[in-house]
Amino acid sequence: MSLTTVGALVLRYLYLYTRTPIRMVELLFWPLVNLLVWGYLTVFLQKHTDDSFPFEITFLIGAVVLWEILFRAQQGVAIFFLEDVWSRNLLNIFAAPVTNADYLCSTYTVGLMRAGVTSVMLSIFALPLYSFNIFSLSWSLIPFVFNLLVFGWALGMISTSLIVRWGPAAESLAWAVPFLIQPFAAVFYPVSALPVALQWVAKALPCSYIFEGMRDGLTNGEVDMNGLLIATGLNFVYLALAGVLFVRVMNTAREKGLLTKFSSQ
Amino acid sequence: MENPVLQVSGLTKSFGDVVSVNNVSFEIRRGEILGLLGANGAGKTTAINMLLGIVSPNSGTIKVFGKDLAESRIEILRRMNFCSTYTQLPGNLRVRQNLYVFGKLYRVPDLKNRIDEVLEMLEISHLRERVSGHLSAGESTRLNLCKSLLNHPELLLLDEPTASLDPDIADKVRKVVKKIRDEEGATILYTSHNMRDVEEVCDRVVFMHKGEVLFAGTSDEVLEHFKQDTLEDVFIQVARSGEIETQKGEVES
Repeated sequence: MSLTTVGALVLRYLYLYTRTPIRMVELLFWPLVNLLVWGYLTVFLQKHTDDSFPFEITFLIGAVVLWEILFRAQQGVAIFFLEDVWSRNLLNIFAAPVTNADYLCSTYTVGLMRAGVTSVMLSIFALPLYSFNIFSLSWSLIPFVFNLLVFGWALGMISTSLIVRWGPAAESLAWAVPFLIQPFAAVFYPVSALPVALQWVAKALPCSYIFEGMRDGLTNGEVDMNGLLIATGLNFVYLALAGVLFVRVMNTAREKGLLTKFSSQ
Repeated sequence: MENPVLQVSGLTKSFGDVVSVNNVSFEIRRGEILGLLGANGAGKTTAINMLLGIVSPNSGTIKVFGKDLAESRIEILRRMNFCSTYTQLPGNLRVRQNLYVFGKLYRVPDLKNRIDEVLEMLEISHLRERVSGHLSAGESTRLNLCKSLLNHPELLLLDEPTASLDPDIADKVRKVVKKIRDEEGATILYTSHNMRDVEEVCDRVVFMHKGEVLFAGTSDEVLEHFKQDTLEDVFIQVARSGEIETQKGEVES
């Protein structure tokens, strides 16, 4: 892997955002809308429910902030590829001296930057609007963010692989894939709220342990270390499998000429 | 005798039941401009995509600079480049930004000066700060050419580089192509449907038809072989004939 190559690919992405600031709407506007909706729902519930859980319910705001980290990391990877499809630049990139590792690393970097921008912005807004301080999670924020980033990258690679394999018609998967897992990811409700069969699905998703941990952390200040370790282990499995899938799909794309089809459509 | 810069041997590629390139062999020596000709669907672009490593062949070998493309792809790609009428550089970036990014990808030293040089060479220096998506088709093609020249490529693949250019600009592009061959010793594979391009620029041509090499030689040899007066007449004869006897196998340089 070459840092110069990764830097050049990331630079291209930064140029894209500085050239067209309207793209920031996607990074700032929609997440902020989400925060306002869930934030005011939280305020409403706090005012109209029993005093026994006036504070715990703020986990809905924490869920919005942490979900955006996963979602934006996934988007960073998937949209990075689509930007080249949309601009008919794909052949220029893949005919340049760029390895799979260079390409993936640059998508991870972009995913990290996107997640960083959105989550910092949401954290800043959540404080004055709802008196919600994500940093009250203290040190546990570090493994939470790390695990959500890694799972987002893995989902991004899976999305990109599916798009490469099935062509531009599968573009919507770039947005759909995270929401396919969201109902089972225990983002806004605990795993125990799911039917027993679906709880097994939730337990196979690393992010479910993070959202459970976030709720525990906000409620009683304690995080289930065992859950964090399981999430980290699962993440490495998902990342490795997604990497293998990506490489295999790229090889198939070269055999079937799929990359050239993107340029002619 | 010096090894050829590009050596293609028994190259075959099929997509399902369709054989796009069938047992194609040719080679290009250093400083040579080879025209790869044929009607639409002849297999030229598939062949070029295999030379770039974007499409993998079913069989056959591609050696560039004496090295196997399948084994040394990245090392080889650093020393070559390509320009295709079917690709574009990102339309949201400025001309300078696009060239800077690709210059970094190809690890071009003294990049800022090199960007100025290629823009000057293709006479689009005045477009340096223009947004690429706002360029005309001809300007966009010249920007693509600029990108392909950034790294002083030893092997340059040009896929219909004059397709969207007016006669004046096309003439200038042909002169640039000859200039980089003459002054930098670049080896060039050139595809075009414009036979004037080919007659003016190419030292030798390879005619492809339905995925196979039909004939290879100098323009004069091609004319003599097909008993025609111009390459355009040969092109039309080849494109319209389903009965042409193909000369398969190794093509002499």
